[in-house]
Formats: sequence, C-alpha cells, structure tokens
Amino acid sequence: MSSAIPPPSQPNDRSLEFRRTWTRTREQLIKFTLLLCALLSILTTVGILYVLLSNAVYSPNKNTTAFFQEVSAWDFLTDTQWTPQYEQDRHFGILPLLIGTLKITGIAAIIGLPIGLAGAVYLSEYAAPRTRNTIKPTLEILAGIPTVVYGYFALIFITPYILRPIFSDLLGFEVKIFNAASAGIVVGIMIIPMVSSLSEDVLRSVPRSLREAGYALGGTRFDVSTKIVVPAALSGIIASFLLAISRAIGETMAVTIAAGLYTSTSLSPFEPSQTMTAYIVNVSSGDTPVGSIEYKSLYAVAFTLFLATLAMNILSQWVLKRFREVYQ
Amino acid sequence: MSQPPTEFSSRISSRHRTSKLFELFCLGAVLLALSVLCVLLISVIYQSWGWIDVDFLTNHHSRKPEDAGIKAALWGSLWLIILTGFFSIPIGVGAALYLEEYSRKNRLTTFIQVNLANLAGVPSIVYGILGLTVFARMFDMFSGEEQTVLTLSLIVTNLSIPLPFGPTLITGAMTLSLLILPVVIISSQESLRSVPPSLRHASLALGATEWQTIRSQVLPAALPGISTGVILSLSRAIGETAPLLMVGAASFITSTPGGIDGLGDIVTNPGSLLEVPFSKYTCMPMQIYNWVKFAKIEFQEYVASAGIVVLLGVLLLMNATAVYIRVRFQNKIQW
Repeated sequence: MSSAIPPPSQPNDRSLEFRRTWTRTREQLIKFTLLLCALLSILTTVGILYVLLSNAVYSPNKNTTAFFQEVSAWDFLTDTQWTPQYEQDRHFGILPLLIGTLKITGIAAIIGLPIGLAGAVYLSEYAAPRTRNTIKPTLEILAGIPTVVYGYFALIFITPYILRPIFSDLLGFEVKIFNAASAGIVVGIMIIPMVSSLSEDVLRSVPRSLREAGYALGGTRFDVSTKIVVPAALSGIIASFLLAISRAIGETMAVTIAAGLYTSTSLSPFEPSQTMTAYIVNVSSGDTPVGSIEYKSLYAVAFTLFLATLAMNILSQWVLKRFREVYQ
Repeated sequence: MSQPPTEFSSRISSRHRTSKLFELFCLGAVLLALSVLCVLLISVIYQSWGWIDVDFLTNHHSRKPEDAGIKAALWGSLWLIILTGFFSIPIGVGAALYLEEYSRKNRLTTFIQVNLANLAGVPSIVYGILGLTVFARMFDMFSGEEQTVLTLSLIVTNLSIPLPFGPTLITGAMTLSLLILPVVIISSQESLRSVPPSLRHASLALGATEWQTIRSQVLPAALPGISTGVILSLSRAIGETAPLLMVGAASFITSTPGGIDGLGDIVTNPGSLLEVPFSKYTCMPMQIYNWVKFAKIEFQEYVASAGIVVLLGVLLLMNATAVYIRVRFQNKIQW
C-alpha cells in the first residue's frame, strides 16, 4: 500500500471490480459456448465425410480396408450387376441401384413437379388471400406425414386400387405387387408441398408492377402468369425443382416398402426395383457380418447417394444465385 | 383497323377461354393434392376401424393380430422425443443465438450458413449411417470380448453407461438430434431475426450486457417462433424411420424403456429414469414398418393402419400445439 491517500471506499470498489471482471468473463464464456454449438454443425459435416470416406474410399486404419480398396472404382461404375449376397460370384456394379433410383425419381418428378408448380401458380396468381391461407397449411400436412405411411399407402392403396385396374385390367400390363410406379407416385405426392411452397414464395416476390404492365398491354391472367411471372421467377422455380429431386433421391422408407428389394436393370415401372436407399436399409436390417465386403458396400452406396444429393443441393443454390433476376 | 371486329372478338374470347382453362388446370392440381390427402387419411382410418381400442395402446406386440398393441413403441417414441429435444433444443437455439446475435459477417459464419443449408438437404439415411458408426459402434474402439461399461457413481445410485452405446435410446436420440439440428437452427434464426433491433438497442443503452439483453429481451420475444419451429422439427423426428432402422431400433420388443409403464413407476423407482437412455427400444414408425413387412394380411393391413392412426394422432397433437402457440402469442406481441 504505497498510495498516500487510500480511496475512501476501497472494499466496495474491489468487489465492484471483481463483479465487472466476472461479468466480462461470463459474457466471453457464454459467447464461446454458443460458438461451440454453432461449430457442431461443421463437425457433423466433417463426421459424415469422415465416416463415408474412411469406410468407402480409403481406410486410415491399417488393419481394415475400405470398400474401394477391395473393389475397383471402375468395376463399381461400369459393372451391370449388383450381387453382393452371392459369395461365389460377387458383382458390385452400382448401375442397377442407380437405375432403380432414377426410375423412381423420374416418376416422382413427372408427377410432383408439374402439380407442385401449377399449385404454386394457383396460390400466387389466382387464389384469394383467404383461400391461400387455408390451402397452404393443408398442403403442408402432406409434407408432415411420415414417409412410412406413404409406403403403406402405396402398397395397400395405389397398387391394388389405382395401378392394377388401369394398367393391368385395362391395358394388359403385368403389375407386380412391389413396383417402382407406386413408389414413384407416392414420392411425387410427397414433393408437391415442397415445390408449391418454395415456388409460390418466388412467384409472389415478382414485383406487382410487372404484372400490371402485362395487364395494361391486354394480357389475360394466363398470359401474365406464363409469359411474365413464371419466367421472371424461373431461377427460384428451378431451384425448388432441384431440391425436390434431391429429396426424392434420398427418400427411403416409402421406396423400401413399395418398390421391393429386388435389384434389376429393367426399365419397366411395374417391376420391383431396388434403390440405393432401399439397399442400405436392406443390408443394415439383415444379419450381414460387420466388416464383410457386403457390409462395406453400404458405405460406398451411401457415399454415392450423398454425392448425388449434395450435387443437386449445390446446383440449386448456384442456379438461385446465378440466374436471380433482381428488381428494384 | 386491319382486322375486322368479329375476328378480333373471337380471338379475345378464345384467349379468355385459355385463361379460364389454365385457372381450372391450376385449381385442379391443388384439388388433386388435397384429395390425395383425404383419400390417404380416409383409407387408413377405414382400414384401422375396429382395431384401435384401449388394448391396442396398452398391449405389447403379439403374434396374434387381435392381441397386438403398440405400447412399447408408444413409450419408445415418447422417450425418443424427450431425449431428442433435450439434446437438440439447447444446441440448436445456442447456435442460432451465436449466428444471429454475436457473430459478425466473416468467412466462418458464411461457411457455417452454407454448411447448414447443405446439411438440411442430406438424406436422413446418411445420418443413420453417421449415427451407426459414431454412436452405436463408436468406430469399433471398444471392440473387446467383453462389453465396456462405464460406471458413474451418483450419490443415490450408480449410472452404468455401456460403451459403445449400441442399439439404445440414446443412440437414436443423438442421431435424430443431428438430423433435425439444421432445421432447428434455421427456424430459430428466422424468429430471432424478426425481433426488432430497437429492443436490443434499448436494453444495451440501459447498460445491460449482451447476454442479459438476449436472456431477458430477445429470447422471450422470439420464444413463440422458436418453440413453433422446435415442435415442428420434433414432429418430423417422431416420424423418421430410416435413421432409427440404421442405428438399430429393435424389431419386436416387449418392454418399455427403463421398464417405466406410467408416472407411478417414476415416483416409486426414480432410478429407472437413469436406465431409460441406455435401454433397447422401438418406436412407432419402426413398429409400423415391421407390421407392414409381415406376411400375415391382418398385420399388413389392419394392425399397421391402426399404428399409423396412433402415429398421426400424436403428430396432429404436436402440430396443433405449434399452431396454438403461434396464434396465441403472435397476437399478443405488437411492436
């Protein structure tokens, strides 16, 4: 204590000082904890990449090997058979699974994208605000229904009561009980709310003045919608399409239940076909020994699936950014 | 005038007809989607008619379709949601708070944002593989002959944690938490953004620290929006099947997690609460999937549809709560 005149209220000051430091430390601690929460999302991505890469592409552990260290990537991409279950004659060609996925995604896109877009146009251009406010939440219910329910619906209702009477009794195709068409239809229904909700947002963000200019030139609602509003919002619409397709590619349970577990390269929609997601479910719910090549193939398929959906998502963001029309 | 008026009026009427047809087409698309929803609900309820009763809710799975019930799955789903909320709400809201309230716009936060958008698009089954490898098997780090059990002695009781977690509730809950985190974060961010900055400025001007401002001003104002988003994400989690199937929800199980059958069990044996996260479990969508796969037609059609009705009922309850919160609090707060 060298100071000549001690401050009159030293103990008080000190406790104040302490409190100030403590408050500051606490603020920093809280900020740091919250930062850790935010970083967890990056950790999740790193985790996904590490798990997939270390089991599919290159194993960092010397005792184990990854899938592509045993099966060449060339075979994986070019072989036309997928028979991991046969011990004598194993083939790991992703093509049949890819065809299954593309077939179902294609059917889903044919059904879901036009209906979703037409619904979006109706909600944004035609419906009165009150109608919109009732229809929109009702459509979102479709998005909230668990996918396992859609699978059940495809198996119990779509195949026997829709597909069979039309295609089997009327047109003479053979519709199997497990088929790609029923799975594709329900996945298409699933993506309708996604497309209509995302597209409606972009349609509605097209400025009013553009529509009014169209009407002033004598355009009907049809002209204004299809020649002005939809082209102006095209980037957002395409982005929503891509997101919906990505969702359809990754859809699992409905496809597993309705399309069956039979791998085929047939392009017929009425044959059973296994998708990448259904294969993953199939292997993990069976009694495949851990560490076997069949088990590792799960990671290789998952990696392919991950890349496919990631590519769609990135493409969608790119389209949105690159082709966005900016209005003042 | 180069065109006679008659031709002009016939063209304009055909253009109006096209416009009207287009409107009908668009309306038809909406009605088609809505009617699919109706058909789906009606057909499920029709199939389940007579199969849902109190016994269905209080019985375990049985090989006889008349006796089969959804009890284990109902409890499993309940615990799964509680645990998933326990993990995902603090972390999700915390991350949203950091991104909205603390962070400046720099490379890291931009990267986190882009990453979140991409994570939200990753198929749920990939999260299943992540959960399987990281939580259920823990990279095979504990692959000895015997199972490693970590015992923590709490004052009243011991807590035994099996390592790796294996096909237990905590694995499922952690996997689902990772799955819904991006959605929780993004929706929480949106509700934080809708809190007017003037509120923060007023609080800071009165000398409150950043955290005090957040805790007493920003969070309460954003709470209705945040809870709506959280409930909707949790109701997405309750319907998820694929990731849980990967991390090993049991196919058929005749016990509830921790052996808890009702509130009475928690009161008489509170220690059983600690066993809950580490017990084997099944959940409603998983049980429905297993029934659908059954060869017996009664299971495939009727018991499964009864399960679906119960699941949809729980979902409806959660969504109604979310809507109630939104309506109840939205009208109250006026800036």
